Amino acid sequence: MIIEHIDAQLPGAITDRHAFRGDQTIVVPKASFLDLVDLLHREGFQLLVDITAVDWPERPESQDVGRFDVVYHWLNLASQERLRVKVAVADGEAMPTLTGRFKTADWFEREVFDLFGIRFEGHPNMKRLLTWDDFPGHALRKDFPLDGGDPFCMEGCTAPYNNGERA
Amino acid sequence: MSEMNINDAVMTTRLDAVVNWGRKNSLWPLPFGTACCAIEFMSMMASRYDMSRFGAEAMRFSPRQSDMMLILGTITNKMAPVLRTIYAQMAEPKWVVSVGVCASSGGMYRTYATLQGVDRVIPVDVYVPGCPPRPESMIYGVMKLQEKIEKESLSMRKDHIARFYESLARQEAIQAEKGLTGQQTIRDMLMDAAERGAGTIF
Repeated sequence: MIIEHIDAQLPGAITDRHAFRGDQTIVVPKASFLDLVDLLHREGFQLLVDITAVDWPERPESQDVGRFDVVYHWLNLASQERLRVKVAVADGEAMPTLTGRFKTADWFEREVFDLFGIRFEGHPNMKRLLTWDDFPGHALRKDFPLDGGDPFCMEGCTAPYNNGERA
Repeated sequence: MSEMNINDAVMTTRLDAVVNWGRKNSLWPLPFGTACCAIEFMSMMASRYDMSRFGAEAMRFSPRQSDMMLILGTITNKMAPVLRTIYAQMAEPKWVVSVGVCASSGGMYRTYATLQGVDRVIPVDVYVPGCPPRPESMIYGVMKLQEKIEKESLSMRKDHIARFYESLARQEAIQAEKGLTGQQTIRDMLMDAAERGAGTIF
């Protein structure tokens, strides 16, 4: 229902769409994202449930799609309709912040920045949320080592304390 | 008045033995509970398993008032500086029991977020395996600690704790000098220790 409405109000904004068991997903370019948010907010999608991102390191940059998908989930509290919006951004490209309209966007955007390194322009406090301030790298990027590049995870680690003597 | 036989009134012993006998039967636990091991710990302290049978029922939630730290759960890298501070604040002499696989080795969480064993950042005396260990296992761990206390030398324990304080001072110096967070300082110290082939930062 909302998707037809978006098509009528913002023709051509939706570049891709699919639905799985009633979950509707649309893909929009970054250029028409803020217009879409305005429209969604007017139409009653006033609960921003989640912001997350997906890293696609193998995705070719040439096809005008970036390395990351930023994924937004909205809920319409009146009609209980849900909508997922995906926006592709390149490595180093910033997304516009939604903190002005949705208070929940504050920590969600900080989390995405922390774990994927996607900046949000206009965010009042663009600092890391989960890892510490000088954490090296962004942990949920696919090229980040799972153990954090920790040399202690290699074999040959000895028991440190044994009857008062160091091993 | 009958004559007293001195052998009935006086016993000779080593200072280490008599002090350690007192220490091992009056352990004051500090529960550092971060996960499900803390739930098992509750039943260990409660009536069915009853830690007071082993003289360790005076549980305190302040490190200043306790001398046996029980690490009950996953310790993340972000928590590591906190753990070190709390260990430093405990009353001396102090002992550490690492309960469960998460605290002992990171357990199933081999990730960037989890400290792969608390023995990298603070000295551990007894490891209790299990996920989570049953209360019996934890009690067995405390009994093993009691055996260890019985045998240890007072001066060695003191040196052992002093080595930790040295590393804490080193951490604070690096932190102030480079302007890093505590977490990053510990990470750098761990990297450095690994290069030297050492297992710990203390």
